[in-house]
Amino acid sequence: MSNTDFALAVEDLTVSFDGFKAIDKLTLYIDRNELRVIIGPNGAGKTTLLDLICGKTKASGGSIKFKNTELTRMAEHKRVRLGIGRKFQTPSIYENLSVFQNLEVSYPAGRSVFGALAFQCTEAVKAKVQEVATDVRLADRLDTEAGLLSHGQKQWLEIGMLLMQEPELLMLDEPIAGMSARERELTAELPQRICTDRAVIVIEHDMEFVKQIAHKVTVMHQGKILAEGPMDKVQADERVIDVYLGH
Amino acid sequence: MNFIKASILRYKLWSLALLVLLLAVVLPLTLDIFRLNLVGKYLTYAFVAVGLVMVWGYGGVLSLGQGVFFGLGGYAMAMFLKLEASDPITTKIQSTPGIPDFMDWNQITALPLMWLPFKSLALTLILVIAVPTLLAWIISYAMFKRRVGGVYFAIITQAVALIVTVLIIGQQGYTGGVNGMTDLKTLAGWDTRTDSAKYILYYICVALLVASILLCRWIQVSKLGTLLLAMRDKEDRVRFSGYDVSNFKVFTFCLAAALSGIGGALFSLQVGFMSPSFVGIVPSIEMVIFAAVGGRMSLVGAVYGTLLVNAGKTLFSESFPDLWLFLMAALFIGVTMAFPMGLAGLWESHIVPWWKGRRQALREAAAPAPAAPPAAARADDASLPDGVSSQRI
Repeated sequence: MSNTDFALAVEDLTVSFDGFKAIDKLTLYIDRNELRVIIGPNGAGKTTLLDLICGKTKASGGSIKFKNTELTRMAEHKRVRLGIGRKFQTPSIYENLSVFQNLEVSYPAGRSVFGALAFQCTEAVKAKVQEVATDVRLADRLDTEAGLLSHGQKQWLEIGMLLMQEPELLMLDEPIAGMSARERELTAELPQRICTDRAVIVIEHDMEFVKQIAHKVTVMHQGKILAEGPMDKVQADERVIDVYLGH
Repeated sequence: MNFIKASILRYKLWSLALLVLLLAVVLPLTLDIFRLNLVGKYLTYAFVAVGLVMVWGYGGVLSLGQGVFFGLGGYAMAMFLKLEASDPITTKIQSTPGIPDFMDWNQITALPLMWLPFKSLALTLILVIAVPTLLAWIISYAMFKRRVGGVYFAIITQAVALIVTVLIIGQQGYTGGVNGMTDLKTLAGWDTRTDSAKYILYYICVALLVASILLCRWIQVSKLGTLLLAMRDKEDRVRFSGYDVSNFKVFTFCLAAALSGIGGALFSLQVGFMSPSFVGIVPSIEMVIFAAVGGRMSLVGAVYGTLLVNAGKTLFSESFPDLWLFLMAALFIGVTMAFPMGLAGLWESHIVPWWKGRRQALREAAAPAPAAPPAAARADDASLPDGVSSQRI
């Protein structure tokens, strides 16, 4: 595969589970500074695609290139160190630790065993935690045990943990699932704000939210890409209406 | 002085200070040397329990084979002591003088190669730590890199305990077999069987135990400690935050093994023998019970747990030897079901709030309406397991 200017270039990606092709020869390019939303019916392979990019699932074939570095055989933690951050569908935070500790642990320093032993929570770290906490509206909850946060706040906290790492590719799997209307509104501002200097992929079902944030929408169906383009064009697509949006 | 005070506050060391007072002052003043030596023996198990707090409580990895590392450290020390006790003059009635008696009984005529390093005390002291650590590294690296964990890991450690015991018993000529290594007398010419030697060894044991606890506490409050807790909770999140999770588990497992090795060596020194009965599955599980009873999140709790269970064992097995094993099992089941955080957990959830409440009441009685600390902050503190501060200072 040749090199490209894209932040992420997925080409001919295939993964099969016992013969079932969850992702089938999928090709997808994401620009730097782009906010892409992936939509599609359940079982279309959206989450699997993110799993493949971050390394949770191993690809059966094809290539995933991030800034022209081949990822398919790379260990998960190394992909993260290259600049890929991923938020899971259910909020995945450390419930027993405080909000501060959750963010501090996500700071990209002292990642080896002895590095972690020598790690000091310096002013720079504290400032970064404060900055990110303000971004995700948790600045006044730093001492709270994360398990006590509301569902929406947990989602924000996980996004904050990713922002600590300054990823160049940020993948959010259903970031507003389970949020109250007010929390959704507040979250909608977030991707716009954090999208500068990085590519963002969002999986979402809430079409209002998608309309609000998306630069470009990709519709997936049965492991393949059904349609791709601006929101209004995709919404008018007959096939998309058939399989997903409904008449 | 200020530095010490600040450190105590930062690392929450009051409980440790109390333990030191008990072990270094109260017990030596109240117990005769026979009982004190017994306490010293129990304290060698406490090294294993402290290691288990790190690997099981913090790391979330249950090992049912810590006896192996205890045994390896113990055997390393015992081999040195045995060689010293087998000088050619004392063993001149053997067909091959100068080698340990059990080798002579097994028709071995020259000192085996693997015994040679144990002629040197310095080398022995290194091996006491290095051998258990190396084995722990091999086991844990192979397992954790393949993402074997949980109950599978526990079963494998159990299998290792069985294998090592069979190996030790089977290789009688090299290890002393089922009897182990007996008649250990002197350490570099110093008779370890006298009362004064027992006192000195007891204090060395206490000092090393306290040093181990301090080291573990330091690790707990470092980022590594936070990461261990994070990993226990959401391993994938840690991995996808750019950490190689397996390396942290390997480190913790090796740390626990090294501590166990030190405990084993001190056992050989204080008790004067080492045998396979401290290596196998049963002692390994007993050591887990010590940590569970004391509280698997509390380093100091693990020491109390070890002392209490062993005191109970000595007491009950003297009067009802047949019942003891059942009692021990009941204790383990009872503890894990009724108070999973052990004695330290009970202390944190019952005694500490009661004490705080009393102090609060006293203060309110003395000065009318002082500013009360925010209730929410205190509730956070109480709901956390012992040893986990809600916010790093």
